[in-house]
Amino acid sequence: MTTAAHVATRPAAALPSLTRLSLSRTSVELKSFFRRRESVVFTFSLPVVLLIIFGSIFHGTVGHTGVSYRLYFTAGIIASGIMSTTFVNLGISIVLEREDGTLKRLAGTPMPRAAYFAGKALSCLVIAAIEVAIMLGIGIALYGLKLPSTGGRWLTFTWVFLLGVATCTMLGIAVSSVPRSSRSAAAVLNLPYLVLQFISGVYFPFSSLPKGMQEVAALFPLKWLCQGLRAALLPDSLLPAEPAHSWELGKVALVLTAWLVGSLILCLRTFRWQADR
Amino acid sequence: MDTTASVRVRGLRKTYGDTVAVDGVDLDIRHGEVFALLGPNGAGKTTTVEILEGYRRRDGGEVTVLGTDPGEGGREWRSRIGIVLQSNADASELSVREMIGHFAGYYPRPRDPDEVIEAVGLTEKAGARLRQLSGGQRRRVDVALGIVGNPELLFLDEPTTGFDPEARRQFWHLISGLAQGGTTILLTTHYLDEAEALANRVGVIAAGRIRAVDTPAELGGRATAQATVSWLADGGRRSIHTDTPTRTVAELASRLGGEIPELTVTRPSLEDVYLAMIGHDRSGATGGPQGRSPVETGASQ
Repeated sequence: MTTAAHVATRPAAALPSLTRLSLSRTSVELKSFFRRRESVVFTFSLPVVLLIIFGSIFHGTVGHTGVSYRLYFTAGIIASGIMSTTFVNLGISIVLEREDGTLKRLAGTPMPRAAYFAGKALSCLVIAAIEVAIMLGIGIALYGLKLPSTGGRWLTFTWVFLLGVATCTMLGIAVSSVPRSSRSAAAVLNLPYLVLQFISGVYFPFSSLPKGMQEVAALFPLKWLCQGLRAALLPDSLLPAEPAHSWELGKVALVLTAWLVGSLILCLRTFRWQADR
Repeated sequence: MDTTASVRVRGLRKTYGDTVAVDGVDLDIRHGEVFALLGPNGAGKTTTVEILEGYRRRDGGEVTVLGTDPGEGGREWRSRIGIVLQSNADASELSVREMIGHFAGYYPRPRDPDEVIEAVGLTEKAGARLRQLSGGQRRRVDVALGIVGNPELLFLDEPTTGFDPEARRQFWHLISGLAQGGTTILLTTHYLDEAEALANRVGVIAAGRIRAVDTPAELGGRATAQATVSWLADGGRRSIHTDTPTRTVAELASRLGGEIPELTVTRPSLEDVYLAMIGHDRSGATGGPQGRSPVETGASQ
């Protein structure tokens, strides 16, 4: 590190690598998140509260499968928790960063723009992992949820989780360019999130929803994220209650990847580093 | 001072819809100089600077900043410039030291973060979180983030807005130090005393065009403009605009037989010259300090 004042002809020095700056961004994002205590408390407690409320209202089993209904929505709320921390919270925080000039300042530095996105994605991954761990703990403690029993199921759990976080993160970044100000950000992001929760089989068994609703939900990622997590966490005896009587893991991967690629392209094309004047 | 240009602009144009924001700006900023760009709000100042910084695309003209077209400047180019934007209001949870250290990591040859913190006078606040700082302290962080990369060219957009007089003096001292170290600085400001204190040259922009470029002392013919001799007589102030203030004062002294009550001799301030240029532009009429006739005027207060 040089302390000398600059001279007109300076020796070339290498720019810091993308990897190093991505990790540096991740660390800054995580510090910023964990130091905002209310946001930490509310982020992690929202799905927990939902889980406990639903668990105390609803009992019984899903259809004739013998699988507890509580297990069903535990998997669903884990999926919707992932979407809440990544899509909703991330999207709103980027709108704020655009409005207060943070993004404009970053864009004026030699920070590679990909490092910013990588920092968002990696910090979301860490936050989502903590959230999922908390909900798995509650599911196990209160509702008799079991961790994946085979290596294959762990593998499913891992890739569904990673792909789900990546997709919802990219979607959150892409959607952050839609609200015109931070005042409308929460409304803009919560609407699709709330609607998707109710039509994607988070709280109610997907097969019990009207056909038309199922068809709409199948176009969006949350339905597939829920289904992928059920495949990893719930017993195969639930299969008769699944719409295709199978986990359709190929389709889960396909739809989530399509949304991931689509929102990545949208981010690259439409991401705005400064607020409109 | 190197004679080659850090910034070279020819025929710069930018329109927003039907509004012409920048209408053929030519500008040269030499290596190592402090250049102040003055102009009223809406004159095209910010648009011009943001094009030079690579934030906005131009609609026409040629622009070179440190030998590169800002529209195509990559990371290497960005690592050689520093930008202090008009305002940053982020409620960051990072401490001053963490934030400045983090930004230092973006650059290939950063300055020592602690040294930068000391230079902007925030050593005592180095451990404080950004959101806990006062407005003036936040502004110093903005400046620190602009200079931590050790830039060859520094853009300062209204850097001292909201500073108290003492903080402004300290800031001027900091900027003078950077300029002495060889940093080229493009400053925009509404404070003419700031331009006068810091700039080697000033440019006045109005209605999207550069109206004049000169040293603060010479701008608009200031140095050779008529002086105003003013004194107290019969309970009111009287003044004379003249090319020969020394003779006027001597004549007055002999007429009044000694001490002239409340005598002042002034030439137009930078602000007078600047306002005349802007006023000239708005009304379309000629005028300004050089257009006044050497008649005695009785002026009330």
